[in-house]
Amino acid sequence: MSRADTATTAAAERGPHPLWTLGLLRSELLTTLRRWRALVLLGVLAAVPVLIGVVVKVRAGGGSSGAAGPAFLGQVTDNGLFLVCTALAATLPFFLPMAVGVVAGDSIAGEADAGTLRYLLVAPAGRTRLLLVKYATVVAFCLLATLVVAASALLTGVLLFPVGDLMTISGTTISFTDGLLRALVIALVVAASLIGVAALGLFVSTLTSSGIAAMAATVGLVVTAQILDQFPQLHAVRPYLFSHYWLSFADLMRDPVYWHDLVRGLGLQALYAAVFGSAAWARFTTRDITT
Amino acid sequence: MAPYESDDATGAARDEETRSGRRKAARYAVPVAVVGVAAVTIGLVPALADSGDPDLPKVTAQQLINKIAKSDVQQLSGTVKISTDLGLPDLGGLESGLASGMAQGSGAGSGSAADPSSRLTELLSGTHTLRVAADGPDRQKLSLLEQGAEYSVIHDGKDVWGYDSKSDQVSHGTAPAAGKDRTEPPATPKDFAEQALKAVDDTTSVTVDGTAQVAGRDAYKLQIKPRQSGTTVGAINIAVDAKTGMPLKFTLTPRSGGAAVLDAGFTQVSFARPAASTFAFTPPKGAKVTERQDGSLKDGAGKGAERPGPGKGLEGTDGAKGLEGKGAPKVIGKGWTSIATFDSGAKGGLPTGDKGGDLGGFLGSLGDKVSGKFGKGTVFSTRLVNVLMTDDGKVYAGAVTKDTLVKAADAGK
Repeated sequence: MSRADTATTAAAERGPHPLWTLGLLRSELLTTLRRWRALVLLGVLAAVPVLIGVVVKVRAGGGSSGAAGPAFLGQVTDNGLFLVCTALAATLPFFLPMAVGVVAGDSIAGEADAGTLRYLLVAPAGRTRLLLVKYATVVAFCLLATLVVAASALLTGVLLFPVGDLMTISGTTISFTDGLLRALVIALVVAASLIGVAALGLFVSTLTSSGIAAMAATVGLVVTAQILDQFPQLHAVRPYLFSHYWLSFADLMRDPVYWHDLVRGLGLQALYAAVFGSAAWARFTTRDITT
Repeated sequence: MAPYESDDATGAARDEETRSGRRKAARYAVPVAVVGVAAVTIGLVPALADSGDPDLPKVTAQQLINKIAKSDVQQLSGTVKISTDLGLPDLGGLESGLASGMAQGSGAGSGSAADPSSRLTELLSGTHTLRVAADGPDRQKLSLLEQGAEYSVIHDGKDVWGYDSKSDQVSHGTAPAAGKDRTEPPATPKDFAEQALKAVDDTTSVTVDGTAQVAGRDAYKLQIKPRQSGTTVGAINIAVDAKTGMPLKFTLTPRSGGAAVLDAGFTQVSFARPAASTFAFTPPKGAKVTERQDGSLKDGAGKGAERPGPGKGLEGTDGAKGLEGKGAPKVIGKGWTSIATFDSGAKGGLPTGDKGGDLGGFLGSLGDKVSGKFGKGTVFSTRLVNVLMTDDGKVYAGAVTKDTLVKAADAGK
């Protein structure tokens, strides 16, 4: 394992150097991204925008654009830039949280499963530091996965559809640069709206020693939250479900931007990250590690 | 976060176990504390933000009404939250399907998803967020914010555009040259307030009911209460901006109590001139554009949104004017208890279960059977408007109680 050599050098001094943490983070990121699982997930995420783009392009010739489907689908034929929003709206309910859930669920439980967790803890990183590095890795994966979708959608959109000044959903026109900037902010907001799932997955991952169980439980929770969000009878609870404000990123395409739901959504994600992050810390630092 | 001396927990001595148990509890207290702090914050912040009612110089009700009348706000932009709870039977999708179907049938008839008359009936139920912007009489914009989409009506000079971003459809019409003609359906607190103040006469008590903060502005609260019994209207509260005299919030509560039937208020408002780009609209290249006939927006939107609008219905007279039927409707009574009546021409009244098939039986099941000197009929109730349809085809409607309707029907016999 590549972190073994860094660990030995750092073991000499008591209290690891800050750079050492960065080294641990880098090694964690590389280990995560070198897994076939992560690559396949990213590949699937990159394929979704291409699929949407091709389908819209083929269908654009005949038939009227229906009102059904993910947000912004109607505008894609006007401006390829909207494919970024459509692709994110299509992947955010399931593909993105699933990918994040798999990586987050695997983070601690996967190591325990493979029997490598205790070797990681032999290094004088400390459990808290290891947990933080694991969480940082998952958050980095959130950002990467979102950017993969956005980049693939942007490329597909530019190739298949006209680009130029675009019309916001409020009916006003903004320049292409402005639109590009908004698309980037949207990608960042979408990535940030996944940090709640990431923390949830990390917590589940500290509960079990089975990687598969942690992944399945995390993805199951994502699906459950979205099903619960469909019931009007649960209106008192719905605003506190981590998936409730996910699609409010679309408010960034209004002119002027409608911040109300966006701010609430991001605040909710921060709350989930704090609650489940600290729960994961409480569990991980007090637990007996035998594998 | 004490660093670990040793992570080898299996080697822990027996007496250390109680200590580790306590430490475990202490660590789990952190997430619990985070939840607690969050819950307290969510609960307390709105209470703390409510900084009490502002101190404003005293005014009389008449002065306040004059202030509203004199109010001449030409430029504004803001966000309006509008909730309607008519107490209609909860039919879910069917209800909105019927509403939009009706609107499409009676509206301009273009059937476009961007047609204002078919879209703004959505405001009839549930909670919606609207954005309004205005710059003089020739430039207005009203947007209905939806999940991931938006529907806008933009009036810029002689053009009136409707844009539905969900289906990417555009409808275009021309506004009448006279700037005085309104092209927007009533959706802002100001629109509702104007309708309510029209109804003020000797059957009404109007009082100033203290002050309040609305959308961060100091406002007077005007309360309008019907003096007559027999109406379903409990009270109308209007928050009037102390500086500009513009109504900022409109609430209509039914006499039966409970939640407001209609609650429309600014959550954010600015009286600065909106950016010119707000009103500039060029249809996107790929969008489907439907042309309407001249002035059809005015009629279509007016009818579509005003006819069933509770703001109108509360007056009885005006609400009834919009009701379609054979023959012009007549108005019985005055003030809040006025009842509109007309002959629907449907002899035999509602198709009942055995005659009218499933739909008839279904409609009949929504109403209550009543009888009186006039004969037999069915009353359809909402929390505000009651409608009596007699078996011989007469329709009585108004913001009045069931008994008042029956009495009116008896008297009409």
